[in-house]
Amino acid sequence: MNDTNPNAPQRAPDATSKPKLNRLFRLQFEPAQDAHVLLYPEGMVKLNQSAAQILLRCDGTRDIAAIVADLEQTFNATGLAPEVETFIAHAIERGWLEPSA
Amino acid sequence: MTDLSVAVQHAKADRAGIAPPLWLLAELTYRCPLHCAFCYNPVNYAEQRGELSTDEWLRVLREARALGAAQLGFSGGEPLLRDDLEVLVGEARKLGFYTNLITSGVGLTDKRLDALKENGLDHIQLSFQDSTQELNDFLSSTKTFDLKNRVARAIKAHDFPMVLNCVLHRYNLPHVDKIIDMALAMGAEYLELANTQYYGWAHQNRAQLMPTEAQLREAEAVVERYRKEIGNRCKIFFVVPDYYETRPKRCMNGWGSVFLGVAPDGAALPCHSARSLPGLTFPNVRDTPLADVWYESDAFNRFRGFDWMKEPCRSCDEKTHDLGGCRCQAYLLTQDPANADPVCDKSPHHEKVVRVVREAAQRGAALTADEQPVIFRNDANSRRLATEVTHKD
Repeated sequence: MNDTNPNAPQRAPDATSKPKLNRLFRLQFEPAQDAHVLLYPEGMVKLNQSAAQILLRCDGTRDIAAIVADLEQTFNATGLAPEVETFIAHAIERGWLEPSA
Repeated sequence: MTDLSVAVQHAKADRAGIAPPLWLLAELTYRCPLHCAFCYNPVNYAEQRGELSTDEWLRVLREARALGAAQLGFSGGEPLLRDDLEVLVGEARKLGFYTNLITSGVGLTDKRLDALKENGLDHIQLSFQDSTQELNDFLSSTKTFDLKNRVARAIKAHDFPMVLNCVLHRYNLPHVDKIIDMALAMGAEYLELANTQYYGWAHQNRAQLMPTEAQLREAEAVVERYRKEIGNRCKIFFVVPDYYETRPKRCMNGWGSVFLGVAPDGAALPCHSARSLPGLTFPNVRDTPLADVWYESDAFNRFRGFDWMKEPCRSCDEKTHDLGGCRCQAYLLTQDPANADPVCDKSPHHEKVVRVVREAAQRGAALTADEQPVIFRNDANSRRLATEVTHKD
């Protein structure tokens, strides 16, 4: 009944993978929540600011290294790679992101 | 099947500490080609006349979005019976709603799928009654199984995310594995296995539909096994019927907390089944702005917070968790909607729930020839039941 093995360990996204939002989800800003949210069939997840800023950059054209670089430049920060990678791995596990384009 | 509970805890309180609605359920019509024995529509639906016009619905959508609602369900009855559905979807999408069509599939032609896609519909929830033609067609009192299969393929061909919904009960619980196989074969991204909640028509048919505990536990184990096997491929929701619990569910995530329903005639409802409750006058969106409905109306404020509670809820340390459970169930089983939901074993009426469960066990899973016939949802039955049941809207 299944053509792939879902129990196979999910390959951790490396710096060259280009994550993009799963088509089941829509990312938008909600004024009433004063936050970005992910909308999906009959549900909603409210995002904190860093989650939103990462997801906004996951458009399938940029690899994780480029996303980190962009975030570090935008927020005038350094050393964001571990946090970004952890979040992206979490988002892939939750099904919000697809690992690569 | 929502994460709205997460959101609502953080939702910005607007007026007087009341958070805005997140979910607008637009019940476009009570008309329906199906006659399901477990329909949650009010049993006296045939008495409700005069559907909102296109312009009135457009105004409702704008007002709800301005309040903060983000999720929009088009439901009914069968929403495809409204030929302005595409117009409403288009406007909703422009307003920024995530748009869900909740349908039996009857009337969902390629042409309408094209138009819905063009207008930005986000997702389709398709109902099945069972994995077999025989039972699907019996429970809906129609011949729709083959059609639903065709519609499921068409939905995927149009690249819509699809939730398959199947209401579970004594008849189809033994088929849960086949129902899951069906959802997987159809490419559904989500499968909602919703055990019957006993309101509306389901309450009329409770004796016939109530499963045994053994049926439920077996089905639960099957679901658990599939979840392990299929991973993220299809997310399976399995909602346990609360007659088999000893604590009530946090109904609607709280009265007037997340959910705003608008019935076909414009009555605004804090839950799908609220129309069955006596002593409440539901505001109508025809003459009341939605902001007043949500923040000011007696109906939406009646069971907000904790002040309305009686004992044992009032002094219970679990009241902030379950909010006293379901008002409709409290009314149906104890004749007072302000009582504790009798599913709770602290309720002095809990014995009524226990009795129903015991009777289900005595009746057993096997169907017998001398059973009381199922009452199907149709206009004739609705008019007959309306004269038997006292309703006050």
